[in-house]
Amino acid sequence: MRKMGRQTWYFENNVYINEAATVAGPMEKQGPLGETYDITYDDLHCHEDNWEKAERRILQQSIQTCIQKAKLQTDQIDILLSGDLLNQNVSSNYAARALSIPLLTMFGACSTSMETLATASALVDAGFANNAVAATSSHNASAERQFRYPTEYGSQKPASATTTITGAGAALVSKNPSNIGIECATIGKVMDYQMGDPFDMGTAMAPAAFDTIKTHLGDLGRTPNDYDLILSGDLSSVGSPILKDMLKEDGINVDEIHNDCGLMVYNSDQPVFAGGSGCACSAVVTYGHVLNEIRKGNLNKVFVVATGALLSPTMIQQKETIPCIAHGVVLKREELTS
Amino acid sequence: MSTKKFDKQNYKNTVKTYQPKPNLLLNCVKAFVVGGLICVLGQALTDFYINVFDYSEKDAASPTAATLILISAILTGLGIYDKLAQFAGAGSAVPITGFANAITSAALEHKSEGYVLGVGGNMFKLAGSVIVFGTVSAYIVGIIRFLLTQ
Repeated sequence: MRKMGRQTWYFENNVYINEAATVAGPMEKQGPLGETYDITYDDLHCHEDNWEKAERRILQQSIQTCIQKAKLQTDQIDILLSGDLLNQNVSSNYAARALSIPLLTMFGACSTSMETLATASALVDAGFANNAVAATSSHNASAERQFRYPTEYGSQKPASATTTITGAGAALVSKNPSNIGIECATIGKVMDYQMGDPFDMGTAMAPAAFDTIKTHLGDLGRTPNDYDLILSGDLSSVGSPILKDMLKEDGINVDEIHNDCGLMVYNSDQPVFAGGSGCACSAVVTYGHVLNEIRKGNLNKVFVVATGALLSPTMIQQKETIPCIAHGVVLKREELTS
Repeated sequence: MSTKKFDKQNYKNTVKTYQPKPNLLLNCVKAFVVGGLICVLGQALTDFYINVFDYSEKDAASPTAATLILISAILTGLGIYDKLAQFAGAGSAVPITGFANAITSAALEHKSEGYVLGVGGNMFKLAGSVIVFGTVSAYIVGIIRFLLTQ
């Protein structure tokens, strides 16, 4: 059965991540996972004239590097699923302009990484694509400019704010066996617990992650013990404890196996407030470090729940609250017989 | 049946214990010290213009403001002012240097869209409301003063 319970897709045919690539900016390079990225930059401009071009460049590089690592040509990629934070998904659209791959852009704010990966897996599973690439990007300065203030504007951020990471990640999905299987995906519902502070998105997003994790476990009749790691996208140091306590209230204990990409991507002494956020946050951690650990056999089953605050500055100024969503994908280690 | 701590209705209250509290006293002290130091710098500039260039005390205000604006614009361009602001908060936002930073940072940010529609059109994006409400309140205070002195 492909549809399990209310919101979960179970991929009946074996679907795999064959290769993945990550690109990261200067702050991320200095973080604890700095060694795991394929390409890094020491300057936020990434050798481009403006922030938007910089983001486009790193997204395009992550896609191209991923395809190269898989020893494929772009014309062998049947579909590209990509999304970013900028209005009209410009980074994805302009990156795809240079790639000549059929494109579906998606927007799920910071949940885009798993939204694209889930959709890519479904398309491959159903046979609509043999090779699909799921990609996403975010850039600190282009996001600051669109969602907050000019980069050099002096405003004091509270400790609950998160830092949009500069980076991009891409993964190639196909039915060709690899060490990393994609077992299932749970598509989230929009949750809005009436939080309206864009400088505290961890609190706003925790209910979305809670709902997706709880629904996922219910849909499949599983418990947290079935996983080595439940990884939330960018709940940060504020949202992560809320998520754990929300789950605990419903009798689900993830204390031992939960981690948050936003907390893994930076060192605690870096000036990033509550942690990292942005589309690329879950992408660079999952497609770099987590896949490495699965390949090495240190992790066997990981549930990645990318959390997205579907934030619009205009809506916030109109006194609306922040709707949030979380999409989860289960990655598991496969033993290759060859 | 007691309702759950994390129910949608209770969420806002429950999460308060998880949210980091700003240290208001420390922030006030930082703002006071940095804001005060900027004013000390302004006073030093005023004295400098009075003593070196023989300005009257009233006339020295203009070159003092211009110099502070220049310093702030340069620090903004060098990427220093926003870091100072993270430390100082209102201490660096309220003085004229904060106003200069708002204009300079917007101008820098929108340079990529060209000089007319980008820089020109967006320079006052943040500072514009200060000018609008500054002018409006000046009119209102002016009218009140006019009525009172009749």
